[in-house]
Amino acid sequence: MNTAAQRSAPFAHAPTSIQNTMSTVLLALIPATLFDAWLFGWPAIVMFLTTVGSCLAAEAACLHLGKRPLQPTLFDGSAALTGWLLAMSLPPWSPWWISVIGAIFSICLAKHVFGGLGQNPFNPAMVGRIALLVSFPLQMTSFIAPRPLMSAGAPGLGESLAIIFGGHANLDGISAASALGYVKTELSRGIPVSESASHVPNLMDMAMGMHPGSFGETSALLILAGGLFLLARRVISWHIPVAVIATLFFMGSVFSAVDPGRFTSGSFQVFSGATFLGAFFIATDYVTSPVSKPGQLVFGFGVGLLTWVIRSFAGYPEGMAFAVLLMNALTPLIDHHIRPRAFGRTRKGDPLPVKGE
Amino acid sequence: MRIFPVRGGVHLEYRKELTSEKAIVALPLPKILLIPVQQHMGAPAITMVKVGDSVGKGQVVARGQGLVSAPVHAPTSGKVVEIEYITAPHPSGLPQITIVLEPDGLDQWAQLPDPIADPFAATPAAIRERVAASGIVGMGGATFPSAVKLGLGARNKLDTLLLNGAECEPYLTCDDRLMREHAEEVLDGARIMAHALGTAQIIVAIEGNKPEALASMTKAAAGFANISVATVPVQYPMGAERHLTLAVTGRETPARKLTADVGVVVHNVATAKAVHHAVRFGRPLVSRVVTVSGHAVAEAKNVEVPLGTKVADLLAFCGGLSSPPARVISGGPMMGQPLPSLEVPVVKGTSGILALTAWESNEAPAQPCIRCGNCVNVCPCGLVPVEMAAFVRNEKLENAAQIGLMDCVSCGGCSYICPSHIPLVHYFNYAKGRLNAMDRDRRKRDLVKTLVEARGARLEKQAQARKEAAAAAAAAAAAAQAANPDANRPNP
Repeated sequence: MNTAAQRSAPFAHAPTSIQNTMSTVLLALIPATLFDAWLFGWPAIVMFLTTVGSCLAAEAACLHLGKRPLQPTLFDGSAALTGWLLAMSLPPWSPWWISVIGAIFSICLAKHVFGGLGQNPFNPAMVGRIALLVSFPLQMTSFIAPRPLMSAGAPGLGESLAIIFGGHANLDGISAASALGYVKTELSRGIPVSESASHVPNLMDMAMGMHPGSFGETSALLILAGGLFLLARRVISWHIPVAVIATLFFMGSVFSAVDPGRFTSGSFQVFSGATFLGAFFIATDYVTSPVSKPGQLVFGFGVGLLTWVIRSFAGYPEGMAFAVLLMNALTPLIDHHIRPRAFGRTRKGDPLPVKGE
Repeated sequence: MRIFPVRGGVHLEYRKELTSEKAIVALPLPKILLIPVQQHMGAPAITMVKVGDSVGKGQVVARGQGLVSAPVHAPTSGKVVEIEYITAPHPSGLPQITIVLEPDGLDQWAQLPDPIADPFAATPAAIRERVAASGIVGMGGATFPSAVKLGLGARNKLDTLLLNGAECEPYLTCDDRLMREHAEEVLDGARIMAHALGTAQIIVAIEGNKPEALASMTKAAAGFANISVATVPVQYPMGAERHLTLAVTGRETPARKLTADVGVVVHNVATAKAVHHAVRFGRPLVSRVVTVSGHAVAEAKNVEVPLGTKVADLLAFCGGLSSPPARVISGGPMMGQPLPSLEVPVVKGTSGILALTAWESNEAPAQPCIRCGNCVNVCPCGLVPVEMAAFVRNEKLENAAQIGLMDCVSCGGCSYICPSHIPLVHYFNYAKGRLNAMDRDRRKRDLVKTLVEARGARLEKQAQARKEAAAAAAAAAAAAQAANPDANRPNP
């Protein structure tokens, strides 16, 4: 009987743990990851494993430097999840050093500098991606057209290792623009969106994922399925994803109706780029999003709005990562100002008036 | 009956099936009873017997003192063998004045007060007096003297007596069994209490996971137009006074106020049964039903236990421990208290004795907070536990208080759900204790300051008075001199 370490009740606990939560998220990512591994072939698989491995190694190194035990932190799934999400946001055939540098940015700078799990103000995977994007814009926008495993001309394992570790890929020959990137480039050449949009893959292909893009973002439907799984398991709530997607759809629809030559449609906004990955897996990151439901709605709205603004007006074709980081910065402010109403109190925090007094 | 939504709440592992079908059995008289003089909130009772005295069952052995207190009665007839400081059934393990009674085995009632023949013709004051004299306290675990609560009608305009049969804590089935087996007695007690309070209607609130209790209470209430039975959702902590009031009446009790301020008084079903016995038979509170449960107990049971029975004796009656428990708890697992040893007595507020195995209590070392926000979602008080805990951890107690720490009811929902196993409620209880102590100190300092200032003013006033008197005397002397200049002059 434990009388030595006395503490307050409760002496019961739900079967929840960090490991459970993280592994559920990883589970939800598996379908899309498998599909993308097939779609982009062995090089993408090598790239994926390199990225996740680098993140785990970076986590272990940081824990070691901080003289903290490797257990249970290394295996709680959080570093693996960061690596997984980072890999999904990279071009499928990125060379090995992109993965390693990304891992160092994500795990060491974005996470451990602030104190490790739970302490980081910004989403580690997105910090990694943005740092890479602004440092190595060429590599980070060298997308390839899908080359499914077993298909003619798809590289084998040996060739893939050479591509990722030897820098032997002749990306010039095979690279392709993502849909968002193509539309943006054409617009800058003076070709209206209404025309260029007809040359990008149709919505069905975009939803299925049969188009160029980052490793994990192309298959909107499988990502959506993973997101719905997380909703069903109550790992995430609907507030952030719905707010993000609804805002994007709304802004796209309204502005493309006003000026179809300048703006892409709402459904294009929703099905292109990293909308679903961002809405269900990135913006919902516990650590860097608000804790209250109303706060999460505001956060999701902000992410959707900023994504649309960046996609439509800024230099980069995709704005999800930037939008998430910007809203991460606002999270403490949102949490401070948007709180639940306390029992027996008004929204301002004063006790409710007593009737008859 | 319309049920109003209550924010937050948790769905727990209830494990009530361990005892829910176990009818209440009486515990044979133990060899020794330990009767603490404080089994209630408020001032401890004053011992009325001395070592060697023989007492009858139901005889007052300690009387209440002050406004908020309750007397303590002998649970059976026997001899007082010792009065000493003995470990209290409280996690502090601090000793408390305890009357040790050796039962004589006769279990003979002392001279009891006469039954109140027609309680509904008696004055509310007479009912309150009887309830106070019978040592009845809130038996849901809060142990607040019931008579004080029955007097709230004098201060507030009340319309509803809410009889709390929610029993939202896991494992506990003592109220469930009481409602199934003694529905008439419970309802009679409730009607007497409603009469004392002056409330027109009685609502019995029972969680939906107790269909048999709902059926038996509904049947017992059938003859009374002013009694209704409400099925409340299985949502912890539905049995919390304010939350139950909100769910059943839609009235939200303002912060820092009582439910009586919205016209509702809440009493537990076991309290109602005790009132029935006190009023109808003159019998004081000398026993209660205790749920003995948990997977470390050989035979989980519902037991009618004389107050003062040692937990060890009660467990022995239930076949002892089948495996070494990780925790032994008095009350439910969500808000109960860990027991310092098995040598402590069952008291008026002991609703359960739970011996929990390690897998049941599922304790684990705390990990870093990942800000999942589950604690915010489940908090029935609309607080942000994650933020309060961060403040408390940094000893910023005032900041924690500013965001509502003192509104926390310590229901344990946040700790229960936390994936990082952070003992949030432990932080909050620590902070509340510290803040209360600081508040007491501040009030004490203020009082001292006021007294010192008053003394200074008094002394100054006295000095002033003396000075004035001296001046007046001097002036009088001078005047006298002026009138008779030669008076003091030596004769030539």
